[in-house]
Amino acid sequence: MAVTTYSGAEQYNFDIVKKFAVMSLVWAVVGMFAGVYIASELAWPFLNFDSPYFSFGRFRPVHTSAVIFGFGGSALFATSYYVVQRTCQTRLISDGMASFTFWGWQTVIVTAALSYVMGYSQGREYAEMEWPIDILIEVVWVTYLILFVGTIMRRKQPHIYVANWFYLSFILATALLHTFNNLAMPIDLFSMKSYSLFSGTQDAMTQWWYGHNAVGFFLTAAFLGMMYYFVPKQAGRPIYSYRLSIVHFWALSFMYMWVGAHHLHWTALPDWTSSLAAAFSILLLMPSWGGMINGIMTLSGAWDKLRTDPVMRFMIVALSFYGMSTFEGPMMSLKEVNALSHYTDWTVGHVHSGALGWVAMISFGSLYHMMPKLWDTKIYSRKLVEWHFWLATIGIVLYIVAMWISGITQGLMWRAFDEFGNLQYSFVESVAAMMPFYAMRAIGGMFFLTGATLMAINMFMTIRQGKRESAALEAKLAAKMAHA
Amino acid sequence: MNINFKHEWIETNIGLMAVLTMLAISVGGLVEIAPLFFIDKTIEKVEGVRPYTPLEQRGRDIYQREGCYTCHSQMIRPFRDEKLRYGHYSLAAESQYDHPFQWGSKRTGPDLARVGGKYSNEWHVQHLVAPRSMVPESVMPNYPWLLSTPLDISDTAARMKALRKVGVPYSQTQAEYDANVAKFGETVARQLHIPDAQKNLVEQANFGNYDGDRSGISEMDALVAYLQVLGTMVDFSKYADDAFVETR
Repeated sequence: MAVTTYSGAEQYNFDIVKKFAVMSLVWAVVGMFAGVYIASELAWPFLNFDSPYFSFGRFRPVHTSAVIFGFGGSALFATSYYVVQRTCQTRLISDGMASFTFWGWQTVIVTAALSYVMGYSQGREYAEMEWPIDILIEVVWVTYLILFVGTIMRRKQPHIYVANWFYLSFILATALLHTFNNLAMPIDLFSMKSYSLFSGTQDAMTQWWYGHNAVGFFLTAAFLGMMYYFVPKQAGRPIYSYRLSIVHFWALSFMYMWVGAHHLHWTALPDWTSSLAAAFSILLLMPSWGGMINGIMTLSGAWDKLRTDPVMRFMIVALSFYGMSTFEGPMMSLKEVNALSHYTDWTVGHVHSGALGWVAMISFGSLYHMMPKLWDTKIYSRKLVEWHFWLATIGIVLYIVAMWISGITQGLMWRAFDEFGNLQYSFVESVAAMMPFYAMRAIGGMFFLTGATLMAINMFMTIRQGKRESAALEAKLAAKMAHA
Repeated sequence: MNINFKHEWIETNIGLMAVLTMLAISVGGLVEIAPLFFIDKTIEKVEGVRPYTPLEQRGRDIYQREGCYTCHSQMIRPFRDEKLRYGHYSLAAESQYDHPFQWGSKRTGPDLARVGGKYSNEWHVQHLVAPRSMVPESVMPNYPWLLSTPLDISDTAARMKALRKVGVPYSQTQAEYDANVAKFGETVARQLHIPDAQKNLVEQANFGNYDGDRSGISEMDALVAYLQVLGTMVDFSKYADDAFVETR
């Protein structure tokens, strides 16, 4: 930074990065609040308030869309635009297109949330948006692809940096998945309502091919891209192994697309499909851990940073949770384990150890690194970063422990027999047994939400501080010029 | 021929990288999804499964609108405990007319694949309006608006036409109707005829009186009609215990 004589703002389009970064924090707070709310509805059902708009079924996709596409998506737009410009040493090819992706994407999130509470849903998990919103996503996404690839084509370096491979893979895969999973027939050109092109088994397979790869590419490959830029930057060290990054990139891109059917074990989907998916799920452990090892070992020789640097700590804990949940995932894809875990809270816990532990933590770490740089200042309060770290970590642990206990309890209660060979428990007994864990999960979520809120406040103050500093600097310069 | 492959070629060529990435991510889906449309055994040959009547389909739309799938599955697995609790495991054939599928992924509440006929209409109405008045430990939301909201039947035919376009055998022409008569019998075929959609819906709602209120057709009528048909189409007593093992 010290050697650049002109400000980054002229060389790069940082304005778009700033906008997306701010919105990612806004959506983090909104989406996590929605999460805490629906978690509380399960513990205390009066919170549904007899209202169609806040009932669990309509509100749950508001939570998932706001955190995955609002928070996660905005963080990915922000960091990918930042990383691609920095590593290619060139400006985004079009400010107009960048701006379009911003307004388009924010419109998607807002209209999606409104449409769910109004009762429009495709009934497909993580793809609940109805067809007009899907078309907008498609247009935004193609613009994003053109912008990203176009910027790489204008790079001033012969090599394409590894973080960009992952972002590229994420953009391409998301385009593919989104397109095929949302093929639907509207009942009328002026109606939001549509019916999916596929039915039953084929529809289920398509949806979980999408569903698991929303995890695999949107929530993993893309965030690995983030990791490959921000972890080495924050650690001040090069990536541990270049060779490993090549091997695990191709293995991950190839294998993830096979594993979706492990969501359909023991269902009416033919056995060959889900068995094949299980085999690839187990294989996938290796490329997943390749990424984790590459990230964590980047810190070798600088481990002391974990003691002194809370931002680094976010990143390393993120990688640790990534390693943990990518071990848990293959284990849950084994048919015997899945027979117990499927349909239970264990799955919900697993998703959140990935979503909170990996996705959110690596985003927090990266945003803490990037946002002060964007506004050319220091983090307003490191103390608040420390607080955020511990609130988030404790929140995750509460959440996933609650879900492990409740999930395994449900699974065991459902299959328990008495000495006469009858079912030992009625279903509702398993519901009643969940109450303390649903409360514990809601509290874990509140911890995590509180941490995210502290971050939003901290970054708001950081931005203000940055603006004040640059205003003071300009005033000083102006005074000097006047004097001269 | 000796080609000394270097990964550097890919790293310095965005076009090559994009193409190879696209290839890498396309294989899995092609291998696992495409054959499902061509392998005959994917959907079992079984008698009785028919498309939903207009009223049932409208009920299904409401099921989807309220996000019931976020807490209820419709997919019974071939386990002893599930057989005892829910009944025969679900067949692919039973959801062949489901656009979209609603197998679900979570059982905060019980599976509903064979809930049809297990409870009375009155039970369902009371349970949907105030679940805890029937099951004190339940965490299900109350759905009082289903009873107070009249069912919008104006676009019934449009909905069936859209479903016909994606492959559900609702009939539009006499020839299609005749084909349905041959396939499903006359009683069912009449219900699947799009020109009579609205009339059929009103008739079924008035005759079934699912919500216990004869003054009009509510969303509750439609939803209960749908719930009551779930899992009832196949008569499993006609099939041997291992009849479907081969097609799993």
